[in-house]
Amino acid sequence: MLAAEAGPALFRDSRLHPVWDKVRAGRRLTREDGLLLFETEDLHGLGRMADFAKSRLHGEQVFFVLNRYVNPTNVCVLSCSFCDFARKKGEEGAFENSIEDVLEMIKPGTREAHIVGGHHPDWPFEYYERLIAAIHAARPETQIKAFTAAEIDYLWRRWKIEPREALARLKQAGLHSMPGGGAEIFSPRLQKALHYTGKANADRWLEIHGIAHSLGIKTNATMLYGHIETMAERVEHLLRLRAQQDVSGGFLTFIPLAYQIGNTKLVPRQTPPTDDLRTIGASRLLLDNFPHVEAYWVMIGEETASVALHFGASDVNGTLEDEKIAHMAQAASPPGLAREQVLRMIHDAGKVAVERDALYNVVKVWS
Amino acid sequence: MFAEILAKVEAGKRLDRADGRWLLTDAPLVELGALAQETRFRLHPERQVSFVIDSNPNYTNVCVTDCQFCAFYRKPGDPEAWTLTVEQVLEKIDAAARNGATTVLLQGGHNPALPLDYYLSLVTETRRRFPEVTPHFFTASEIMTMAEASKLSMPEVLARLKTAGQTTLPGGGAEVLSERVRKRIEPKKGGPRAWLDVHREAHRQGFRSTATMMYGHVETPEDVVDHWDFIRDLQDEHGGFTAFVPWSFKPGNTLLEKWIKTYKGPNAYLRMLAASRLYLDNFAHVQASWFSEGKRTGQVALHWGSDDFGGTLFEENVHAAADFVNKVTVDEIITLIREAGFTPVQRTTEYEILKVY
Repeated sequence: MLAAEAGPALFRDSRLHPVWDKVRAGRRLTREDGLLLFETEDLHGLGRMADFAKSRLHGEQVFFVLNRYVNPTNVCVLSCSFCDFARKKGEEGAFENSIEDVLEMIKPGTREAHIVGGHHPDWPFEYYERLIAAIHAARPETQIKAFTAAEIDYLWRRWKIEPREALARLKQAGLHSMPGGGAEIFSPRLQKALHYTGKANADRWLEIHGIAHSLGIKTNATMLYGHIETMAERVEHLLRLRAQQDVSGGFLTFIPLAYQIGNTKLVPRQTPPTDDLRTIGASRLLLDNFPHVEAYWVMIGEETASVALHFGASDVNGTLEDEKIAHMAQAASPPGLAREQVLRMIHDAGKVAVERDALYNVVKVWS
Repeated sequence: MFAEILAKVEAGKRLDRADGRWLLTDAPLVELGALAQETRFRLHPERQVSFVIDSNPNYTNVCVTDCQFCAFYRKPGDPEAWTLTVEQVLEKIDAAARNGATTVLLQGGHNPALPLDYYLSLVTETRRRFPEVTPHFFTASEIMTMAEASKLSMPEVLARLKTAGQTTLPGGGAEVLSERVRKRIEPKKGGPRAWLDVHREAHRQGFRSTATMMYGHVETPEDVVDHWDFIRDLQDEHGGFTAFVPWSFKPGNTLLEKWIKTYKGPNAYLRMLAASRLYLDNFAHVQASWFSEGKRTGQVALHWGSDDFGGTLFEENVHAAADFVNKVTVDEIITLIREAGFTPVQRTTEYEILKVY
């Protein structure tokens, strides 16, 4: 049963009624609507609207992919305050994988390889190009989703290779799509406060995604929330993504990333699950031009991800056979789930599990 | 169907079995939560969530009942079997009291070797030495074990415990109150009547007790509705139940493990809480558990019809035996409740408020 059938009688917060009228009519929400969604105490009202919006797009379907996370290196010239993953060259815990190492990590049958790494000071662009070509040759069945806009920007800063050229060559080598990382939160205030000024800023991050879209490379988008950002900053971030999608149209999925406390401890505790549900729901409603909003179980836990399938999420990412970034920040979720567990997470929510590839082509519907 | 149930709930009309089944199987989860919250706020208008400082020690793991879902018990004579002396139990209660506990939920296996005096001493000595602690001791089937061992009637055993100073009973051992389910998973504990008769008699004598449910094994929605009907009817008789407390079965290390085909996760839990809040219209409180479902699901559950967050459970051995361990401090409970958007209040065993944070 769709949320719409129950009618709006149960909104505890009557300010949601005009928003509901817009959602039902398929009209775009404003910045003020967005702020209200992040502020209302009526979590169910928000959830019902988000579920309606999600169901209109995807019915009862929830998507997942058999994937593998690969981090070629954690050596990074940056020192972002929220990151437990990066190490300086030679520092304890630093690692640098060879192409052979990476190939070994990607088992046959992996549908999607998600490849992101640190901003390595010495690795030339050609190394990344060879890496993609080698994976593509060895695992033709694996779709390669690689390199955040921040990494692409760094290749320009370090080696003066233009993003358009870099992406065109990577695509030629076998790149299928780009992950949405490195966006953090689009705010000059936080860029300074959390020391990510050396990284692609909002304009640059969006520009690079626009270039990728123009080259036919689909991409994702993220937002790092639950640290010291304001609700207005979250809304601003979402509106900028929406505006970019209007222009270039190549975003597949928005993935809100809950900040992990780890050792960086920007705040004393991880944001509560109600905030995760709220953020997923509000994102679904504001990002009316994004096909999917994801409940990323590594960050929010399997249980909250499962409940979030009623709050607008239409994707749970995947089996993620290895994911170092969140786990170096001590994320509580088990590192890597078998397909059985992903199915369990979707079926507990009463949804239909659809196994997909990196580009959302349907592989199999699991009843 | 949702509109009909909504109309009934708003008119204060009792839900029937068909309504109950629909809530368990088909009701959309978020609408269900919203309706349960409406009901919860009608009963408890303050944005408060209560908790109790408590401990759950055990006096013996010796048990002759062989329940299929239990990883805690050992048969008499087993090398891992143990029974504490009255003094040893009181040491545990002392430790709980020193940590600020106002409730000690004491339960154990069904050990036929223990005389009634053992149990009576536990109650009298607890009352005498720790006046701030409510002895929330002995589930229904333990009361039956005492009656058999002492050759007294069950009402007489309850009367003696009452004289010793006991005023409340924990609601464990209900599992799912359905003939079919109990026959399958705990054939030696008797049908639903075995549990209900003890609580009825206890309420008649002026005890308060809780009603629990352990779901997520072999039960069907029909069995859950049976359970609700049994406890709702009994509550109509004497009003002795303080709260309803459901939790999901933990299959680790149990005989039942290999038979469990369906996993009951967080969505099933939220559904169970909210549907129970609506169906059990004569229960004042529905308890969400940070303990059995995890802290974060517990926080979400406070938005699905529950108004209580359970206890601190300084000591817990039964879930731990199924490899399920979860720990919390009073400070963390307070933080968890606040993060979920509510004001934490400390309560007693009988749900009287002691402190607003």
